Amino acid sequence: MDNREITRITGVNPRKCMRCGKCSAVCPAYDEMEYHPHQFVAMIEGGAVEELANSRGIWRCLSCMACMERCPRQVEPARLVEAVRLKVIRQAGKNHLLPDQIPGLLDPDMPQQALVSALRKYGK
Amino acid sequence: MGRIGVFVCWCGSNIAATVDVKAVAETLGREPGVVYAADYQYMCSEAGQNLLVQAIGQYKLTGVVICSCSPRMHEATFRKAAARAGLNPYLVEIANIREQCSWIHKDRQVATEKAIILGRAAIAKVQLNAPLTAGQSPVTKRALVIGGGIAGIQTALDIAEAGFPVDIVEKEPTIGGKMAQIDKTFPTLDCAACILTPKMVDAAQNENIDILAYAQVEKVEGFVGNFTVTIRHKARYVDPAKCTGCGLCTEKCPQKRVPNAFNLGLDNRRAIYIPFAQAVPKIATIDPAYCTKLNTGKCGVCAKVCTAGAIDYQQTDRLEQRQYGAIVAATGFQPISLEKFGEYAYQQSPDVVTSLEFERLMNAAGPTGGTLLRPSDGKHPHTLVFVQCVGSRCQGDGRGKTYCSKICCMYTAKHAMLCREKYPDTEVYVFYIDVRTPGKNFDEFYRRAVEEYGVHYIKGQVGKVVPQNGVLKVQASDLLENRQLHIDADMVILATAMEPDPTARALATQLTASMDTNDFFTEAHPKLRPVESPTAGVFLSGACQGPKDIPDTVAQAGAAAAKVIGLLVKDHLTCNPCVAKPDELMCNGCSACAQVCPYGAITYVDKDFRGPNRTTLRRRVAQVNPAVCQGCGACTVTCPSGAMDLLGFSNRQILAEVDAICK
Repeated sequence: MDNREITRITGVNPRKCMRCGKCSAVCPAYDEMEYHPHQFVAMIEGGAVEELANSRGIWRCLSCMACMERCPRQVEPARLVEAVRLKVIRQAGKNHLLPDQIPGLLDPDMPQQALVSALRKYGK
Repeated sequence: MGRIGVFVCWCGSNIAATVDVKAVAETLGREPGVVYAADYQYMCSEAGQNLLVQAIGQYKLTGVVICSCSPRMHEATFRKAAARAGLNPYLVEIANIREQCSWIHKDRQVATEKAIILGRAAIAKVQLNAPLTAGQSPVTKRALVIGGGIAGIQTALDIAEAGFPVDIVEKEPTIGGKMAQIDKTFPTLDCAACILTPKMVDAAQNENIDILAYAQVEKVEGFVGNFTVTIRHKARYVDPAKCTGCGLCTEKCPQKRVPNAFNLGLDNRRAIYIPFAQAVPKIATIDPAYCTKLNTGKCGVCAKVCTAGAIDYQQTDRLEQRQYGAIVAATGFQPISLEKFGEYAYQQSPDVVTSLEFERLMNAAGPTGGTLLRPSDGKHPHTLVFVQCVGSRCQGDGRGKTYCSKICCMYTAKHAMLCREKYPDTEVYVFYIDVRTPGKNFDEFYRRAVEEYGVHYIKGQVGKVVPQNGVLKVQASDLLENRQLHIDADMVILATAMEPDPTARALATQLTASMDTNDFFTEAHPKLRPVESPTAGVFLSGACQGPKDIPDTVAQAGAAAAKVIGLLVKDHLTCNPCVAKPDELMCNGCSACAQVCPYGAITYVDKDFRGPNRTTLRRRVAQVNPAVCQGCGACTVTCPSGAMDLLGFSNRQILAEVDAICK
């Protein structure tokens, strides 16, 4: 996976990040992730997209958009992680998730990012 | 057809690397009217200027074109050189082939072609140039300083020291500004009041300084050397000549619930007040928004207790006109509003304070008498969290400022250090993005806070502050440890970004001084003319030009004063001869030009003209006062009949340039 593709589809310029860490300071799922919002940005900038795509943390992101809301420089880490997730989901020739499998995957402690995302997209 | 000389400058490699200067000189040398063309490495050098002087004499030149940098840079240099050779300086034209050509192009061939075209346009214009003579205007030897903070006080003191009278206009009832509210100053930890108040007293006692406190600039007319300023003296409802500043009225006033602006609303004062004990002038002022007598007609306690009979409820605002030769803007700054920063709970909890409020809480003359107490319950705080860059260094988030406010790193280090020194039982955390300490003894000061005073500096930002059961739940990130922190704090102190005082915008319009997108005054040149506004006769002092600490402000205040003194010692100023000139035969007296003129240079007269059949026609025509006109050209484009022309930039000359470019 190419970081240029991620920045192209998101329109996010990770170079705008000034490493203030406010995204990680507001993240409610911080402790559930091995990589944190400020690291998403640094990893995309540095080209470590594959590493990010293989982490479990990206599925723990709630898409609550707090990082986007609070970022003083409009870097939008949530958009980056959403793009990485889409890249993983849309890989050709791979097995996709079937509706029957979803109940077994639901985490009772945490609202699922897919549900929240769907709510955001179709709720209005 | 004149005898034109063309000089092409290399500007070292600035022009020569992208433009074939030899080809430009050669091509322009073949233009009609050009009798001499040369290229030289540095035309602005003494040797380059001598080349110009010699050629003017040798070839009897009647016009000169210099292909070089922007006329803003060296037009004056070449005009002076031409004058030395006996040529009228206004017969020199500059073709800007650096900023407008070599610096912006990469392709040598294209750049060379463009340089030739720009040179050709200048040749076409210089053929139509007429010799102009600059007039003179007198200088009023008095300066106006707008703003009575440390910047304004220092500027006024320095101007007064040189023997010139100077007025300070201050919108508050006392001078002193933000520095009067500060507790201690970094990095020496001097008490701010101890070093400021003697200066305030000096200003009050200096016979060359007139302090116009509780006053505002209403209108500015005129131009460099000859400003007429209308000043509004706001009604204090107290006769300043009679008030002795005894303060009895401020103790007896029954209206006790007025937020004390000097303490940033952290405590209350009365409706009649003296902002602080060392106020200059020390005169009571009635706050008309809260005074019972002024609002309902009943009360009058202050008038009863005043032994001097100074209270005057009938007082009204008074307008006064004064003449000045120079004006200094020293309007200063204020902390930004934290309305949009909901995550820090500033509106929800009184224990979340700005750094300026913290100064008052630490100040011996402040609402707590210098003992650090939580505003909510008056208890001693144990855990303090400082957040830096609140509203600074934001981009595109629609609520903060893009710039670094410059002083927050140092005052936060100061606050943290003072906290730990006075109260060793406290835990102090500072959340930072970068610690910026580029000043004399600044980094040493910050390191002392860390090493000697044990302040916890954490690289990261605070995400949110939630008031819960009497504590402030702070959630933040620690980027170096790569973890999220949860701290229960007693107080949170926000290093709030600074912005220009809101009165600066209106003042800039009155002064026709330019501002940047953040409403800071723009300097005439960021490096070489840092204390002058591009508007002649207007100078800049202190934080109204950009974020600054006290040492920088005082240095700049002195520099602005030096520039003012340099202006005021002159008896006359040379005027710009490139002024507007109406063609009376074409003018129809419509007044459109007078309405757009920002300097009030245009008046109308009734004049007799010869009509047909030996009749006389009386017509109303425009007249320009050349001493007032600044040559901005607004009238020339407004005139519907094309009667107004700018000397040195006439419509004919501009069209000749356009024709030469389009040829």
